Formats: sequence, structure tokens, C-alpha cells
Amino acid sequence: MSPALPFARVLARALPESRWRPGLPAPPFHSEIFAPAAEASGAGLALALARDALTSAPQGEADAGLRHVLWVQERAAIRRGGRLCAAGLPPDIRHRLIHVAAATPEDALFALEEGLRCRDFVCVIGEIAGNPQALSFTASRRLTLTAERHGVRLWLVRLDARPDLSSARMRWQVAAAPSPPPRWNPAAPGTASWHAELFRARAHAPGEWMLSDDNGTLRLRRDPEPAATPDHGDLARPTVGRSLAAVARM
Amino acid sequence: MAIWLARLSVDRWRLSHGCEPGEGPDAAPTALIEETAHGPRITAANRAGLAAGARPGMLLADARALCPGLCAVPCDPAGDLATLEKLSLWAQRWGPWSALDPPGGVLVDVTGVAHLWGGEAALLADVARALAGRGFGARTALAPTAGAAWALAHHGPPGAILTPHDDLLRSLADLSVAALRLDEGVLAVLRRLGIKRVGDLAGVSGAHEDPANAAAARDALARRFRNHRSPAANPLLRLDQLLGRVPEPLLPVSARPLPMVTRRLLEPLRHRAPLDRVIADLAQDMMRTLEARRQGARRLELALWRVDGEVLWRRIELAAATRDSDHMIRLFAARLDTLEAGFGIETVQLRASWTEPLAALQADLDAAAEHHGTALAGCIDRLSVRLGAEAVTRPVLRASHIPERAQAWQPPLDPVHAASHQPACHAPRPLKLLDSPEPIAVLHASPDGVPQRFRWRGTVCEVARVEGPERIAPEWWRERSTARLRDYYRIEDGAGRRYWVYRQGIAGDGRGGLPEWFLHGLYA
Repeated sequence: MSPALPFARVLARALPESRWRPGLPAPPFHSEIFAPAAEASGAGLALALARDALTSAPQGEADAGLRHVLWVQERAAIRRGGRLCAAGLPPDIRHRLIHVAAATPEDALFALEEGLRCRDFVCVIGEIAGNPQALSFTASRRLTLTAERHGVRLWLVRLDARPDLSSARMRWQVAAAPSPPPRWNPAAPGTASWHAELFRARAHAPGEWMLSDDNGTLRLRRDPEPAATPDHGDLARPTVGRSLAAVARM
Repeated sequence: MAIWLARLSVDRWRLSHGCEPGEGPDAAPTALIEETAHGPRITAANRAGLAAGARPGMLLADARALCPGLCAVPCDPAGDLATLEKLSLWAQRWGPWSALDPPGGVLVDVTGVAHLWGGEAALLADVARALAGRGFGARTALAPTAGAAWALAHHGPPGAILTPHDDLLRSLADLSVAALRLDEGVLAVLRRLGIKRVGDLAGVSGAHEDPANAAAARDALARRFRNHRSPAANPLLRLDQLLGRVPEPLLPVSARPLPMVTRRLLEPLRHRAPLDRVIADLAQDMMRTLEARRQGARRLELALWRVDGEVLWRRIELAAATRDSDHMIRLFAARLDTLEAGFGIETVQLRASWTEPLAALQADLDAAAEHHGTALAGCIDRLSVRLGAEAVTRPVLRASHIPERAQAWQPPLDPVHAASHQPACHAPRPLKLLDSPEPIAVLHASPDGVPQRFRWRGTVCEVARVEGPERIAPEWWRERSTARLRDYYRIEDGAGRRYWVYRQGIAGDGRGGLPEWFLHGLYA
């Protein structure tokens, strides 16, 4: 046994399920993500976790790529954190997203529960601002039971909320983190990065991670590795036709 | 063909005692009575009673004065009507359809079927024989129209037959006007007018023919009864119906068989478990049968034929009409414990001998949703009903560079245009867009330069990294000429928060004063 082995790998081998990592096969059905309303980190992490769950789903859910995604936003959440932008969504989600703008937290909870009951939704993402009276422990327990009965996963983003009583199986606290500088323009903002803290989970030990959304897959970011991987960024687009210079030379 | 069971109620009473005419209880003078406001009144009497002086319509007290030994039995009009319904169904053996003619009459359409019985006379003889075999005395008549057949059956010679070649009016002219099926009041009016026979009514009395006289008589009667629309109150209308000049619609009776399901078994059953399975299947079949008829069962009868010919019955009655198969199975399961299967049960039959209308219900809507989840359309319906149709939408991309115009919200199940899968531009867009861009106070190095620091919602953000500008020109074909362009910047502050801000206009573009800054979106 080499003493230089990273600690995380030793721990992962000893207790395979106790430490969370992206790509675990069966994420819980009800997770809560606490995030500030002035940044889109909560929605971004929810989306990244949802896509991570989709890609790491077992082969039985072969039609998961065809089913819809329900995104419920309460009015206060829209006012504070903005409405969803279709052009900013990943292309595999964009065409199968159904958006619900609920006027009150009660309506949002109703929409979340109805979405969890529907077999044509692959997952449900909700955004509720603050600590409304309607979102009590009973309401969250209701959501958990419905999600577990029907097998539809729910990520509930709580904007500017205290972590009150909840029956969510995983509870995250997320904030934006400085992004890794892109290779070709270090002065520009890079890929989305978050500082995520798992402060309560039923199957995993609490912990903190730096997560980043690397071109659609959720990755752990241990330490910045400048120029270790080629960052194609926007240059990955294929060239179509000839450039004007080439045309002029002909 | 008209069949008149003139003594239907008396025959029923006699048959209920199981005796031949003139024997047993029927030998004593007996009257069927109904209770009226003026005391019991006789509705019918048997032969001995008629001989003793009892007449229908007479008060029982008057009849007792004539015949002190008269027995009084309450009549049963509902039972008479039920018997008549069954008889009219049974009478369809002689013709394709039959109609009720209460009290005590049945009309059967025998058009074109007489030759099957060997002619009209043989048909009437068969009717009389069959009814006599069941213990009913009947008068029958056969005529081209229902009215004529009724008139002949009630007032004509027994077994009268009129063919289409006969002159109906001549043949029926001698009958009383009561043969026209008129109300009592109309009959009294006609009696006062001196019109006693059908021929008087038609103006063809006597041997001589006088069309002018007939027309005048008809005109006078038409004026007299011009306000009587109902056929039973208008003798001319009845006469025309009798002669076939105006149609007379009749309401045929049709049989509704009991809901009944049967399973004949390949092997006789001797054990309870397969029998339960068979009964569950039968209950499912019964549920479907009842559902198709929109009925619910109030009484269910289960008949089990044993191999040795014995029939075992189990009967359950239900508090309310139901067609819930699980409910039926549970109820029968409690009644099957004492069943003696013997050498085995070879046929099982379930029938609902008492049913009531039961509207179709979506009873298991929630239960099915509980087990299998709702479909997308159902879920969207529920959401739209509670939250409003505009709250449930699907974002679609549009061909525009203005961020607000680049996406539209359409009803979620509408087809998406294929061209709207690709965004109009490939620059990264934020995950969230504010509904209306919020103004920010920006500190910048130069009026057209990148921002250094800005204040949004009361907090100051130090700009760490910037990318931009991405210039989006106004859509001049849509907007006013004073609309200013926008320079968008992607900004990351020191804590890692990523924003999308823009400067509206350029200093000195001639479309306003100093450019203003807005925060428009939030990156993930």
C-alpha cells in the first residue's frame, strides 16, 4: 500500500456508499438545494444533478431520454431569481421541458406533487423562495412519499431559505464558486462551478465539494489543473463552408 | 291482430287459486273491488257474481244488496299490467312485434305471417288455443288496421277476420261508436247527438249512398270537435285511424333479458379455489354487462349446477345498485362456505334479477392514477385547471437576437416547430433571465469600457472577470428609430457569481443621454 494514495480513494474503497460522488447509480428521490436568490447556482446545481442522475440511471430506464422534465417556479422565485431561459438550457433538456409558473407556494406544491405523480416526467425541479407556511414538514413528507411511490425524482431549490424541518433525503447548501479560467481567454468567466455542501443525507456522510458542470457532466474539481485538458470551449463548433479569405484567394 | 283478454283480472285471481272455471273458490259469487272515495267499487266479477247481479262499476254495497253472499277480493291493477306485459312479449310468437293495449288488450302485427300458421283462421284458432291453455279467455280479431282489429275484438263477432279487400267502413258500420276507443265524455256527447253506430258517424247509414250527405255530416262533426286534438277525444280522427287514412303509431314492447353470465366448465369443480376463480371471472363479466346497460345490480343470484343435476342457489341483495366486481366477489365468498360440491360443479351462472339504473362513474380514476401514475395530458389538464392555462407552458426558441424575443412560451402539448430547436446565436446564454432587466449602478473605466464594479439590489459586486461586449442591435423593422443597441457582458465577480449585464446605447449615438446599465440574467 503506497502512502501516497489519495485519502478519498482509500475511504471510497472501505465504505463504498458512505461518501457521495457524482455518478452514483441511485440518487434519492427527494433532494433539497438551498441557494441564494441572487445567483442561479441552485438551479444550475439542480439541473446538473438531474442530468447526472439521468446519465447514470440503470439501463431499465431506457426511455428516460424521451420523457419530459417539469420545472416549477413560484412567483416569488421568479421575481427574485429570474425566469428560466430556454437558450441557456442544455440542448437535451430544452426541447422536453415544461415550465409551470405558480402564483403561490401552495400552487407550486400542488404542481410539484402532480408532476411527481405523472409517469411521463423523468424528473421534477422546483424553485420556492423563502420559508413559506405551506412548505411545512408535512408537505415535504408528502412530496417524499409521492416521489418514492412513483419513482420520479424531485430536486427542490430553496432560494434564500433557512434549512427548516424537511424530509428530503439529501440536503445541499450551494453557492457560486470562482470558475476555472478558460484556456483560450483566462480573463473570461469559465464553466459553471459551485461550492456544494451536503449537510444532511440519509445514505452518505456529510461533506463539501467543489463541483463544476463540465460540458454536461458533473465533475468534482479538486484543484485547478491549468492546461491539463484542452478547453475547446466555443471553438469546438465545426467550420461550415469556406472562409471569406479562402473564397477571395480562389 | 287484436287480442282482448276481457276477464284478465278475474282469470288471474282464479289462476292464483289454481282452479278451473266454476270450481273451488270460483264457484262462489266473487267480485274484485277497488277502494274509491265513495267506498269499495267493483271492477270485475266472476261468472257466478255476474249471474248474481254484480256489475263492474257498481258499488260493493249495492251489489251486496242484490247478493248478500258476494265475496269481495281486492283487485291488483299493477299485477294485471305486469301479466299483460309478459303476455304481450309472449304474443310475439305470432308476429314480429306487439303492443300493449291496457287494460287487458294486446295488439300484434301479423302482416304477412298468417300463411305460416295456415291462414288467418288457423292463426286465430292457434291464439285461442294457446291462451286457453294458459287459462285465459280471449276474444281475437284480425283486420288491416289496429283500430279495426280492436273494434272487432271488443264489439264484433268472435274470431272476426277482415282482409284488405273488404270495405272496412261497410263491415264496421254496424258496430257501436264505443268501438272507436273514445273517452267516456265523448261517448256521452255522441249519444246525446244521437250517433250510436260507426256508420252514423261516417254518414253512410242505410243502404243508399249519398256523398253530399256524408260530407255534410263530416263537416258538422269536424266543427263540433275542432278543438279536440287527442285521438281519444276526436271521433273523426279515430274513424280515420280505423279506416287507415291517418297513421296510428303504436309503441311496441321489447324484451330486456336479465343480465346473465354463464361459465360451462370443462371439468367439474370440487374445490373452493378454482370456484373462486370462476366466480371472479363471472363477476367481471357481470360488471361489463351491467356497464354496457348502464345498470347496477340490486339482487344477484348465483346458480351452480352439480354433476348429479342438483342446482345450488346463492342469492345476495345489495343495499344500493352496484356493479363493483370486487364487492360482488367479497359478498359471495362469505356465502360459499356451506356449499356442498358433491361430485363436482359443472356450470356456474350469475344473473342480476333486479337491476336499477346506475350512471357510468369514473370510480377508480384516483386509484388507477395511484398505481400507474397519470399520463402527461392528464397531468397538464390538472395543472391547467388549477393554475390557469397560461401558467403551464413550454419554452420554444425563436429566430431573434433580442434575448426577450428569442424565446416564446407556448401551450405544452402543441407541436414544436423543427426550426426552433437551434438557438439563433451560439454565444452562451444565462440559465435565468429576469423578467424585466434591473438597472444597476456601474463604475467603469471609460463610458464605453468594461465595468469595474456595480451595485445591484443593494450589494456591491467587484468584477473579477469579464467577457464582452456582445453587441445586439435593435430590430429596426420592429422597434422605433430611437431604440438603442445593447452591449452585453458576461461578468464574474470575486465570489464566483456570474451575471449577464448590458449597457444600453453608446455615449454619443444621438439616441439619448449617457447610456444606462442593466442586469439581465444570471448564469448558473
